Amino acid sequence: MAAPFDLNNDGVVVIIGSGAGGGTLGNELAQKGIDVVMLEAGARHEYEDFINDEWDSFAQLAWTDKRTTSGDWRVAKDFPNLPAWIVKAVGGSTTHWAGASLRFQEHEFKTLSTYGKLEGANLLDWPITLAELEPYYAKAEDKLGVTLTSNIPGLPGNNNFKVMKAGADMLGYRECHTGRMAINSEPRDDRNACQQTGFCFQGCKWGAKWSTLYSEIPKGEATGHLEVRPNAMAIKINHDASGKVTGVVYADKDGRLREQKARIVAVAGNSIESPRLLLNSASSQFPDGLANSSGQVGKNYMRHTTGSVYGIFDKPVHMYRGTTMAGIIRDEARNDPSRGFVGGYELETLSLGLPFMAAFLNPGGWGRSFTTALDHYDHMAGMWIVGEDMPRQENRITLHADIKDAHGMPVADVHFDDHANDTAMRNHAYKQGSALYEAVGATRTFPTPPYPSTHNLGTNRMSEKAADGVVNKHGQAHDIKNLFVSDGSQFTTGGAENPTLTIVSLAIRQAEYIAGQMSAKSI
Amino acid sequence: MVTIYESKPVHETKPVLSRRELLKRGGVGALLVISGSAVISPEHAWGLETSALKPETMATLIQMARDIYPHDQVPDKYYAIAVKAHDEQAGKDPAHKDLIEKGIADLDLKSGKDGYTGLGWEEQRVAVLRDIEDTPFFQAVRGGLVVGLYNQKEVWPIFGYEGESYSKGGYMARGFDDIEWL
Repeated sequence: MAAPFDLNNDGVVVIIGSGAGGGTLGNELAQKGIDVVMLEAGARHEYEDFINDEWDSFAQLAWTDKRTTSGDWRVAKDFPNLPAWIVKAVGGSTTHWAGASLRFQEHEFKTLSTYGKLEGANLLDWPITLAELEPYYAKAEDKLGVTLTSNIPGLPGNNNFKVMKAGADMLGYRECHTGRMAINSEPRDDRNACQQTGFCFQGCKWGAKWSTLYSEIPKGEATGHLEVRPNAMAIKINHDASGKVTGVVYADKDGRLREQKARIVAVAGNSIESPRLLLNSASSQFPDGLANSSGQVGKNYMRHTTGSVYGIFDKPVHMYRGTTMAGIIRDEARNDPSRGFVGGYELETLSLGLPFMAAFLNPGGWGRSFTTALDHYDHMAGMWIVGEDMPRQENRITLHADIKDAHGMPVADVHFDDHANDTAMRNHAYKQGSALYEAVGATRTFPTPPYPSTHNLGTNRMSEKAADGVVNKHGQAHDIKNLFVSDGSQFTTGGAENPTLTIVSLAIRQAEYIAGQMSAKSI
Repeated sequence: MVTIYESKPVHETKPVLSRRELLKRGGVGALLVISGSAVISPEHAWGLETSALKPETMATLIQMARDIYPHDQVPDKYYAIAVKAHDEQAGKDPAHKDLIEKGIADLDLKSGKDGYTGLGWEEQRVAVLRDIEDTPFFQAVRGGLVVGLYNQKEVWPIFGYEGESYSKGGYMARGFDDIEWL
């Protein structure tokens, strides 16, 4: 059973975060007999505790600790203290995610070579290729039980999907299906089948959607090699004179500071918290923060080029019924610069309940233009745009100069400006999405601005050369060999695909590497 | 405390109404009546008692709420519930009381001699609101409504939103794919 480890046990791997990266890495290491302490800032809510109510669930799961924003993105105006809609709880954002599990395309690992130098973009090729990652993608798909991979049947199409599919056919799109989803279409791996409940974002009360909370973590705990410590907010990573990390200082549930000693530290707190922690761990030896000799920690923040299109029809749709994101069009995901931008985007079904639709359809909007849209809520269909955005050095996470959290740690400021390529892509997607719904008979469509970011990427990026990024192709810090980054912050570029499958694949691969290095006594 | 209560129809309670106390709602012709410390809707048998804000202020706030997020199929009662938090907050925070009272007074001033609720057409009132939409007062009222109005479970059915579904077994057997017109 779950083994509590002593604070002074310096043989453990300390993982900060329990989401897609941290939760997967922890279980993979535990399965190999390696002792792991997982520090999770949030509480542990089991899946039967999830709430089918948008605001109540948000209060239960969302990361609402103060953050600040700057830049020209509309989120900074509409939600100045909520740049991201991610989770503070055991399982991290795998409690909230929609389940879309897509492999990157080959060219998305080679963006600098493929797209060339773009002014204002800090493009770089990944130090790994699709071919190198493919075996791990296969393992991840099996672990998550991704529909339409291997012999796993697809999910049935709900009303929102049927509208999308009808429009896709009218526009001549060829690749439209119910998605590669880490949501069981039939019982598998001790998880239920999807019951089309429609609250994927609020945590699946059936456990039909893969989450580290009820798949990786209990399996890891069953080995006796994994201890998950909830309500443990990491503040600082300590190191010794040789420059190796030695432990993690965290605030426990009562706000008392503790230090957990460590042989290895893996940071997986999502792309805002991970660089925040590295920057806050600055010391006389590392005055710019840990692992930051390149100066890239916190930079190249990406959030995908997103937006939504909703359409109103003269007959009912009831888009909120059923699996939220089980519908995708992949035809626009290709790189085809003739469209006026590099990279591509996915179109995926999306629905919000009435309370969140009111908050997100047109934040700040009011009057009849706004309310007549909501009047037809049950006649609406919706889709989400997920496209590759350009990494920019100016888009970055920094420590706020004055504002501190309850533990005295400076809050993160999230700065983001759209690159011209992002704007061109979003406008293209708005046009396609509107045309699709109009082809099915929509009487009105809404190009809806991006929500607070759910895909936060790139702030500790992987690079071949130490000068270009923070970690190597195993997520190992260029500067500190027993320090790893295990979440989406290690992405060199963002791809057009929802990131979780790639995060999980990298974590499986990283666990192999760490175990190998440990047995070789290299770390 | 502010309480929304189901009141008896006005002809049964017979409050004494002066002309000054009678506020006429613009547009659709329904009446919101001020009696003592309460806003009463005689036709729809509900009342809203205020403790910190003037009842006249609350009645104007209700009209303002409807003009910001007008849904003709949503009764006044739900707008009243949506803005009652301002009375609660005003009771705890003098600065908030000041923000709302002065905001409403300013709104009345900008609306001419019969005040905001004296403007008969929604578009006349909206024109006044457009003038103040960047003020902290307007943003406090509008921002509060996003959750205060749309997160009332009682209004969801009016919009065709069914809410919680887990206890009913999701929509597997309840129409997740029942669209027929495509």
